[in-house]
Amino acid sequence: MDKHTHHHEGGSSCHELLEGLSLYLDGDAEESLCREIEYHMKDCENCRVVVNTLAKTVELYHEHGKTQMPQEAKQRLFIALDLGDYMSSSE
Amino acid sequence: MTEHPTTAEQIDLDRLRSGDKAAFAQVVELYADRLYNLALKVSGDPFEAEDILQEAFISAYKNISRFEGRSNVGTWLYRITYNTALMRQRKKQPDTVSIDEPVQIDSGDMLPRQFFDWCCIPEKDLLTGEAIEYMGEAIQLLPESLKPVFILRDIEGLSTAEVGDTLDISTAAVKSRLHRARLFLRERLSEYFAERAAA
Repeated sequence: MDKHTHHHEGGSSCHELLEGLSLYLDGDAEESLCREIEYHMKDCENCRVVVNTLAKTVELYHEHGKTQMPQEAKQRLFIALDLGDYMSSSE
Repeated sequence: MTEHPTTAEQIDLDRLRSGDKAAFAQVVELYADRLYNLALKVSGDPFEAEDILQEAFISAYKNISRFEGRSNVGTWLYRITYNTALMRQRKKQPDTVSIDEPVQIDSGDMLPRQFFDWCCIPEKDLLTGEAIEYMGEAIQLLPESLKPVFILRDIEGLSTAEVGDTLDISTAAVKSRLHRARLFLRERLSEYFAERAAA
């Protein structure tokens, strides 16, 4: 956007719309902002890429960003907390 | 042996507050994975994450009688775990930036510079083991003021209000920091996928 910031006729610049993109992706943006972003993206390829890859970034981290605690670490935790007698039967 | 706890709503707060060990064990079972994920991503070290978790749960157990129930147990535990991680980090690196300090990022740093379109690459090609590892490394590059907001909101799935409650910052600050964190990570992933495509 630094190299292609521009105003579309009657619309907002890429830079102006950038701030509202997370609200837009989270469904928290006002309808007028949604319309502006969608109108802008129609003929701004870079903004379209930014919106799509931003959404994909959020999705990837949500679906694949968690790290499960290793079972051995969980066992050590229960023992350290003096809860060894209460470990669930799966462990 | 205990039954698997299922939801936060099933936790017996009265038993918990009275110091009942079985009730506490259920809480540990229910939240250990989620809190470990936070501790690991904040510290970037699995051994440190274990120590953070032990210390946080010990602190929670000691202070359980003071839990007022205004927030839910999960939010309360996330807060204790994050504060424990931060305190340990400050002991090791006294110049660590606090979550409540202003975000020291030039707005120019958040402007997108990568326009490689990787969003529609099929996930089986996109998500190699190396890519998942890189995603973890990219989180470690996040400024400290943005990292916990992103972990709690986008990875752990807490609501904006819960994140604000956990970190003791306003919902406006949560939204603003979350957006900056997302832009930052999008940029890192775009660099990574562009480089990989060019190789």
